[in-house]
Amino acid sequence: MPNPEGAAAPPLPYNDRVVRQFTIMTVVWGIVGMLVGVLIASLLIWPDLTHGIPWLSYGRLRPLHTNAVIFAFGGCGLIGTSYYVVQRTCQVPLISDKLAAFTFWGWQLVIVLAAITLPLGYTQSKEYAELEWPIDILITLVWVAYAVVFFGTIVKRKVPHIYVANWFYGAFIIAVAVLHVVNSAAIPVTLTKSYSAYAGAADAMIQWWYGHNAVGFFLTAGFLGMMYYFIPKQAQRPIYSYRLSVVHFWALISVYMWAGPHHLHYTALPDWVQSLGMVFSLILLAPSWGGMINGMMTLSGAWHKLRTDPILKFLIVSLSFYGMSTFEGPMMSIKTVNALSHYTDWTIGHVHSGALGWVGMITIGSVYMLVPRLFNRPGMHSTRAIEVHFWLTTIGIVLYIAAMWIAGVMQGLMWRATDENGVLVYSFIESIRATYPYYLIRLAGGVLYLSGMLVMAWNVWKTIRTEPAPQPVAVTAGALS
Amino acid sequence: MNAMWSAIVVVLVIANILGCLWLIRATARRRKNEPGDKDTTGHTWDGDLAELNNPMPAWWLFLFVLTIVFGFCYLTVYPGLGNYRGLFDWSENSQRQADLNTEEHKFEQKTKAFAAMDIPALAANADARGIGRSIFLTRCTGCHGSDAHGAPGYPNLTDNDWLYGGSGDQIVASITHGRRGNMPAWGATLNDADLHAVVAYVGAHAKASDAKTAQGEKVFQTYCAACHGADAKGNPLLGAPNLTDDIWLYGGTPAVIEATVRNGRGGQMPAHETVLSPEKIRLVAAYVYSLSHP
Repeated sequence: MPNPEGAAAPPLPYNDRVVRQFTIMTVVWGIVGMLVGVLIASLLIWPDLTHGIPWLSYGRLRPLHTNAVIFAFGGCGLIGTSYYVVQRTCQVPLISDKLAAFTFWGWQLVIVLAAITLPLGYTQSKEYAELEWPIDILITLVWVAYAVVFFGTIVKRKVPHIYVANWFYGAFIIAVAVLHVVNSAAIPVTLTKSYSAYAGAADAMIQWWYGHNAVGFFLTAGFLGMMYYFIPKQAQRPIYSYRLSVVHFWALISVYMWAGPHHLHYTALPDWVQSLGMVFSLILLAPSWGGMINGMMTLSGAWHKLRTDPILKFLIVSLSFYGMSTFEGPMMSIKTVNALSHYTDWTIGHVHSGALGWVGMITIGSVYMLVPRLFNRPGMHSTRAIEVHFWLTTIGIVLYIAAMWIAGVMQGLMWRATDENGVLVYSFIESIRATYPYYLIRLAGGVLYLSGMLVMAWNVWKTIRTEPAPQPVAVTAGALS
Repeated sequence: MNAMWSAIVVVLVIANILGCLWLIRATARRRKNEPGDKDTTGHTWDGDLAELNNPMPAWWLFLFVLTIVFGFCYLTVYPGLGNYRGLFDWSENSQRQADLNTEEHKFEQKTKAFAAMDIPALAANADARGIGRSIFLTRCTGCHGSDAHGAPGYPNLTDNDWLYGGSGDQIVASITHGRRGNMPAWGATLNDADLHAVVAYVGAHAKASDAKTAQGEKVFQTYCAACHGADAKGNPLLGAPNLTDDIWLYGGTPAVIEATVRNGRGGQMPAHETVLSPEKIRLVAAYVYSLSHP
């Protein structure tokens, strides 16, 4: 990608090329992943929509959707912003441009390989870790390179203290490395087939230790890193409380590690493990909310900016959804609640209030902040379009999660209903039939969210195509004071 | 879990939770050299990023401590700390059994009167049919469909055509012990001409047309009649289907019949005696019986 402003002023040109690349791909993969989401939401309503073509079937596209939105959209957003943030908050450029370029192209290769192999049906059958072993090895290499670039830059920093955003990015990078390597351990049979290194309930437990911490460290800690830079930057207010950052950081990363078993309530997992999963999930509530409080309260004294700044709206509303889903999560981990909610669409609603609301909106807000800075433009092409995007997004999420709540609770109640004869009242298919109206509402919500992303793509495109700003926005450490 | 692992679990759990408590205590109060509540920490990043050092909200600290207290209470009452079984020796299996017993008790109360009735009588009783339908919908629809019309390889239960017999007792036996249908593969025994002849013969049988050839007849009587009978009307003792009607378990087109003869078929109805009580089997049998005896 060309650098329109050319070599920025010495002495310390930041590596913004790689940030630009990741930022653009965040938008691109976001649209791709959400488009697949809309397709599979339609397949649940019209199962014959893709005429039984195997590689367009629900079972193969569903992992493509989750991988695309989490690791392609979310991953590009996280790696890109972390490179931007770590350079600015350490006041040094990335330690290696070559290694940074390797992380970009390597990560894109992983995504493309996923987009090819998942529809073809190659899978390790582990949720959110479906990719087969050769791709797993590539992920590991890219991730190690990413860690070297990130932590190497921190080591070389010119400011004495490590900024709080970097704690969270750092925890995300280390934890994801450990989780990925342990859970993906497998015995290869052929190039495209392998068997998990674990068996039975232990395999399930390791999978959900991975699965839940993918939520905890990829989708929570990583994006909290994003939040801790972009909210105070956009609001131009100091972070509310340093102490709160310390407490909620350490509590969050230590407690999250135990929470996985709540995905396996009432299964072959031993009772004691299930109880620990539930207890630690409940203790997780306050540490999770610590981040929300710190982000929201950072705005105190600047609340009026929400009226006029749609980017800030994205950032702050994302925190509301973060607070909602981190309340909902511990509640759903309570075994009594879980007995109702598990296996229903309530879980899907919960995941999407986190994914669309928290992860999606904080990323969208950050991208809107980044694009003008990265491409040296005075601002986004159209503030109105950001406003439109904000409302499409918000209404889309509300439709989505409300539909899934109602559907999920209804399904849970139908599945457990017994009559005065001591037998079940409903068959499974009756619960599916009752869910159709909610599937339609969910699809409408998803289409709204996706159309918001298209508005964003247009806006980003128009912004990049406008003339550069006459006065370069600060892109070097030297230009900052 | 041996004592060592149990101890490790207990220590790690308690250390992590107490660690959180320590963290709260250590940071909730301001230390001497720390900046004041409303001051910034004095660090700046990237030009304008700074941090205040506001106290943590009291309600938030209260919530944090509350969840920790709840956690310890829960781990006292329920299993969680290694091998410790909790105050009431609760387990998910005991809870499940208790729930099941409640429903079983209701079921037994309701169905006492049914014990003396035979299957046709039960099928005529609306209450019994209703319970049977409910069991059918949760146990049988996966293969036979919620309308009981079946699917290729899974018999239609509404047409009064039975592989193993359609009397009440025969249906109960099918559900209780299961059935294993086995059509041998003839591809290695018959040459193509014989195979096509017998396929045409069988297909024509059902349509009562005159396309039966002498060659087909000869092959059928040599290889097929032992199970399906000389008149091709099948044998319920073996589960051999009647080939003279137009009801086909796997499909009745020449191509499918050829595949059936060439490669054979294996069908299995699972035994339900391990998952359903005899009374429940009788009720679901009555519902199935009622489908073809309106």
